[in-house]
Amino acid sequence: MTSLPTNKDEAWRYSDSEALTRLTPQELASWHEAELAPGETRSKTLILDDSCPGLHRVRLKVGAAGRAEIFAVVSASAYTRLEVEVELAEGAHFELGGVTIGGGDVVREIVTRTLHAQPHGTSNQVIRSVHWGHATGNFLGNIDVARDAQKTDAAQDFKGLILEKGASVNAVPQLEIFADDVKCAHGAAIGQMDEMARYYMASRGLDPATAKKLLVRAFIGDAFAAIDDMDEQERLMEAALGALGDAV
Amino acid sequence: MLNIENLHAEIDGKKILNGLTLEVGAGEVHAIMGPNGAGKSTLAYVLGGRPGYEVTEGSVTFMGEDLLDMEPHERAAAGFFLGFQYPVEIPGVSNVQFLREALNSQRKLRGEDPLSGGEFLKLAKEKAGLLKLDMEMMKRFVNVGFSGGEKKRNEMVQMGILDPKFAVLDETDSGLDIDALKVVGEGINAIMRDPAKGVLLITHYQRLLDYVQPDHVHILAKGRIVKSGGPELALELEREGYEAVAA
Repeated sequence: MTSLPTNKDEAWRYSDSEALTRLTPQELASWHEAELAPGETRSKTLILDDSCPGLHRVRLKVGAAGRAEIFAVVSASAYTRLEVEVELAEGAHFELGGVTIGGGDVVREIVTRTLHAQPHGTSNQVIRSVHWGHATGNFLGNIDVARDAQKTDAAQDFKGLILEKGASVNAVPQLEIFADDVKCAHGAAIGQMDEMARYYMASRGLDPATAKKLLVRAFIGDAFAAIDDMDEQERLMEAALGALGDAV
Repeated sequence: MLNIENLHAEIDGKKILNGLTLEVGAGEVHAIMGPNGAGKSTLAYVLGGRPGYEVTEGSVTFMGEDLLDMEPHERAAAGFFLGFQYPVEIPGVSNVQFLREALNSQRKLRGEDPLSGGEFLKLAKEKAGLLKLDMEMMKRFVNVGFSGGEKKRNEMVQMGILDPKFAVLDETDSGLDIDALKVVGEGINAIMRDPAKGVLLITHYQRLLDYVQPDHVHILAKGRIVKSGGPELALELEREGYEAVAA
């Protein structure tokens, strides 16, 4: 029987401790698993809003030269965690675009473990967090590069936007690299809304709500930039911006 | 059109404007000149409603309405435009998107129908052409990667698209080379020279006034107008300096 995680576990460090006590062993043991054949491409979009809060665990194995894409919006008004474990074979690619967005006294998090098991694999993760109220947004991203996984090219880019005092975001990039000829880029930045930009927009006639929406749209845009289907890109954008309704 | 009466304003408790009074009528272009620190930009920002600029006394009436009582976006919808001395960069938002949203926001507040994408692009193309700004630049992010001169021309393109009734232009001439100055001057005339419109030009130098002839020139010093006159006052200033003329 699995014991429940607590904030003492590194991977659950910023989670909602009270919500963790309500997790069940069944939920914890429930993984959506998929294996991509060599050369196969699969893309999945997830909108984790109030229709499906809670724990979502995904485990992927991507065959040689395959490509797995996940694009997600985490916006539910109760504790929600998207966890993705991916193992990449030779020349395989993993693409993740994720947004956590919301207010209230709620923790929303995206947790990834990317294993570059073989050479020439690539991965790209772009995460944006926008929060207000007493909300918390977390991104914990592990990248493991195995000893044989030479010529791995992994990138991770996180940016947090805090709309209001009282909200917080946490970013924990963690790289474990056992090969010597690899590229692993990662960046994390956290900031507030640019007040001068807001004023400039107002001076041209944009009402505060529209100005804020445009700025947030610009901020999270990079997370969905890799979606080829423009309609799908707009659907995720609207889902994310829809959560802005009650923001300051 | 614009009536400023005994205006006092401060930033962070520091008094900048000290009883400024000024009236600009329809069809008129006024120029405000003054040394550094006189309060020129503060006047522009107070009129534009920038947060942090506190009016402690006096009034500003714009076309019969209390300007100071309006939010910045309401001022814009009422026909007030502020050309920024330092136009702001907005990464991730294109000029076209920004201006279309802005124009339609204004139209909505005025109870007018929004412009369609096609109608807006036609308008944007016309105004960008007027200011000799490449339409490709209108598709780029707002002011990001623009040179100083391009930013100022972009301000004027925005003014052309938004078509305000009154414009306060804060050092629109700074950062412009001679050719760009001419283009911008002609743009201001084309957009704002109208019996129903008014302009307040804030500038350090006479040179913009060669292209945009003011009806009245005022000297601002220590937060108030210390001298007013016709276009000849600007020439006198250029010749003799602020200290001699404003003393």
